[in-house]
Amino acid sequence: MIRDVRTGPAPRHHYLNAGHGLASWFLTKDHKRIAWLYFVSITGFFFLGGLAATLIRLELITPNGDLLSSDAYNRLFSLHGIVMVWFFLIPSIPTTFGNFLLPLMVGARDLAFPRLNLLSWYVYIIGGLFTLIAAVAGGIDTGWTFYTPYSTLFANGAVLAAATGVFIVGFSSILTGINFIVTVHTMRAPGLTWFRLPLFVWAQYATSLVMVLATPVLSVTLVLLAVERVFGVGIFDPSLGGDPVLFEHLFWFYSHPAVYIMILPAMGVVSEVVSCFAHKRIFGYRVMAFSILAIALFGFLVWGHHMFVSGQSIYAGVAFSLLSFLVSVPSAIKIFNWLATLYKGHVRFDAPMLFAMSFLGLFLIGGLTGVFVATLALDVQMHDTYFVVAHFHYIMVGGAVSAYMAALHFWWPKITGRLYPEMWARVSAIIVFAGFNLTFFPQYILGWAGMPRRYHAYVEDFQLLNVFSSAGASMLAVGYLLPLIYLLWSLRYGAHASANPWNARGLEWTVPSPPPEENFERPPRVEHEAYAYDTDA
Amino acid sequence: MTRTPEHTVIVAHQFENLEQQFDADLLGMWLFLVTEALLFSGAFLALAVYYHQYHDTFSAAARELHWLLAGANSVILLTSGLAVALAEQAADQGRRRAALLGLLATIALGLVFLAIKGYEYHSEYQAGLMPFLQQPFAYDGPNPHNAMLFYNFYFVLTGLHAAHMVIGLAVLMVIAVLTWRWRDGARVARQVRIAGLYWAFVDIVWVLVYCSLYLVGR
Repeated sequence: MIRDVRTGPAPRHHYLNAGHGLASWFLTKDHKRIAWLYFVSITGFFFLGGLAATLIRLELITPNGDLLSSDAYNRLFSLHGIVMVWFFLIPSIPTTFGNFLLPLMVGARDLAFPRLNLLSWYVYIIGGLFTLIAAVAGGIDTGWTFYTPYSTLFANGAVLAAATGVFIVGFSSILTGINFIVTVHTMRAPGLTWFRLPLFVWAQYATSLVMVLATPVLSVTLVLLAVERVFGVGIFDPSLGGDPVLFEHLFWFYSHPAVYIMILPAMGVVSEVVSCFAHKRIFGYRVMAFSILAIALFGFLVWGHHMFVSGQSIYAGVAFSLLSFLVSVPSAIKIFNWLATLYKGHVRFDAPMLFAMSFLGLFLIGGLTGVFVATLALDVQMHDTYFVVAHFHYIMVGGAVSAYMAALHFWWPKITGRLYPEMWARVSAIIVFAGFNLTFFPQYILGWAGMPRRYHAYVEDFQLLNVFSSAGASMLAVGYLLPLIYLLWSLRYGAHASANPWNARGLEWTVPSPPPEENFERPPRVEHEAYAYDTDA
Repeated sequence: MTRTPEHTVIVAHQFENLEQQFDADLLGMWLFLVTEALLFSGAFLALAVYYHQYHDTFSAAARELHWLLAGANSVILLTSGLAVALAEQAADQGRRRAALLGLLATIALGLVFLAIKGYEYHSEYQAGLMPFLQQPFAYDGPNPHNAMLFYNFYFVLTGLHAAHMVIGLAVLMVIAVLTWRWRDGARVARQVRIAGLYWAFVDIVWVLVYCSLYLVGR
C-alpha cells in the first residue's frame, strides 16, 4: 500500500490555536483570521441571496403570480441582486482566499496594512447591516441598478438605506484593493520577481486595480443619488434639465468593471488548480499575466454596452460594441492556454479540478453568449430578456462561483489543516454542474423566445422551460448545501492534512497546514519560477 | 540628542525594515489619493456634461457666486499648502519647533478657509440661491430651472470638498500632537509627509473646483 501523502501530523502551533476567545478573532490583525471573518460573513450573505433566488424560482413555476405579489417579487429580485453582487461575488475570492493566500504566496508575514485589513471587514459588516435594515424595512424595488429617476423620485422603498449600504461596502473594496496592491509591490520575498508570481497573485493585483479605480466612481454616483433623494437636490432630475442617462453612464462605469472584479480572481484560481491537477507548468505564463491585465483594462472601456437601448448615441453604441468584442480576445487566450496546459498532462479529477473544469465549460458558454449581447443590433432584441439573465449567470455563477468552490476545496486543507471527504465533494461538483445547466440553459431559450426579465407572471407557452429551470435550481440548492455540511464535518472529523496534500508548487504549500501565525519561520528565498512542476523528484 | 531605547525605531512586524515600511505607507497614500481623485471625477464629469448642454444658463448662474472671496480663499489654501510643505521639510531635518509651527499655520489657514466658505454659504442662503430643503429659489436670471441644476452642483462639489477639508484638518491636528510629543523623529517626519500629501490633494481639488465653478462662466 502506498503511504498517503495527503495526510500528516498536525503542527503544534498554528494560527488557529494562537489565540482563543472572541477578542482573538474580532480584534485580530492576522490576515488568515480576517479571511475567516470574511468567509463566515459572505457565506451568510450567499445563503440569504440564495433564499431570495429560491423564492423567485418557486414563483416562476407557474405562469400566474400566485405565490408573491408583483411588488414582493420586485423586492425579492432586487435583494437577490444587491446581496449577491456586493455582499457575495465582489468580496468573495479576494477577501477570503486573496486575504489568506496573498501574503503566503509573496512570502510575507502579513499584508502591508493589517489594521486596515481588519477595518475593511468592519466596513463590510456595517454596509451589510444597512442592507439588511433596508430589506427588513420593506426592501426596495429598483433592482440592483438603482436607475434614476425611479430610484430618486418615485420608488417608495428603503432606497436610501440600501444605497448607503452599497456606498459603505464600496470602501471595504477600496481598502482591500489598496492593501493588495501595496503588498504585491513592496512585500515580495527576495528572488520573487514579478514574472515568478503565481497567476493567482497577478489576478488579485489586476482585480485590486479595478477595485481602486472603479469603486470611487460608484461612491460618488451614490452620493449624488442620495442627495437627490434626501434633500431634493436635483442632479439627474429631468424636470430641471438633468439627464437620467448620465446616471447610467456613471453607474456602469463602475458596474461593468465590477464584473471583472468577480471573474479575474476566478481566473487566477483556475490557473492554480488546472496547473496543479495537470501536474504541468501553465502554458504561456507571460501571456496569461498580460491577458489578465488586458481584461482589467478593456473592462473600463465597454460600459456603454449596457445602454444600447437607453438613448445613447448610435455612434457611441457602435464603438462600445466593437470594444466589447475586444474583451473576448484575452479571454479566449486564457481558455486556450488552460486547455494547452491540460494537453498531455497527467490529469487528476479531484473535486477542485471538477469545479475548475465546470468553470472552463460554463465560462466559455457565458463568454460566447456575451459576444451575442455585445452585438449592437442583436442586443436590441435580447435586451432585458432572460437571454441576458442566463448570460450573466453563466459568468457569475458558472464562472465565478465554480472557481470559488474550486478554491474552497483546493485550499481547504491548507486553511483548516483538515482533508474534506473527497467522494462527497465530487458528488457536489457534479450536482452543481448539472443543476446549474438545467437552471440556466432553458433561460437562454426563454430569452431568445422573448420572455422579459423581472416579471413574476408570464405567458403559458413559457411554462415548461421555467419548470425545468426551477427544478435545476432545487438541484443547485442541494449542490451548495452539501459542502456546507461536509466541510463543517471535516473541521472536526477530517484527517489531518500534510503540508502539501496535492503535491502542488507555490510558497503556500511549503509551510505547515494550517500555517503558523507568522507564516514563515524565516523569509523564504525564491529560486524558481511559479509552476515548476517539471522539476520535481 | 541622545537616543534612549524608547527612541529606537520600531518596524511593524510584517515588514523587514523601515525603508520597506515607508515605501508601503507612501504607496498606500498615493493609491488612496487616486481613489479620491476618481471620487471627485464623477461629479466633475456630470458638471462638464451639463455645462456643455446649458452653457449660457450655467455661465449666467456662475456670475452670481462670490468669485473674489473664493479667489482670496484659493490664496489662503495654497499658502496653507506652502506651510505644510515647510513643515515636512522641517520634520525631515529634525527641527521640531519649525515643523510644529508649519502644521499649526496650516491648520489655522484651513480654518480661515472654512470660515470664509461658511460666510459664502450664508450669503447665498440669504440671497435665496439654496434650491433645496424647501428653500425658496429667488434666482432671477434666465432659465431658473436649469440654473437650479448649477447651484445643486455648486453645493455638492464645494460641500464634498469642505468635507475633505474637515477630514484633512482632523488628520493634521493628530499629526500636530504627534509632532509636539516627538517620540521618534524619523517616524514623525514620515507621518507629516503622508498627511501633507493628503492636504496637497485637498488643495489641488480646490483649484479645480474654483476654476470649474467660479471662473469658467466669466
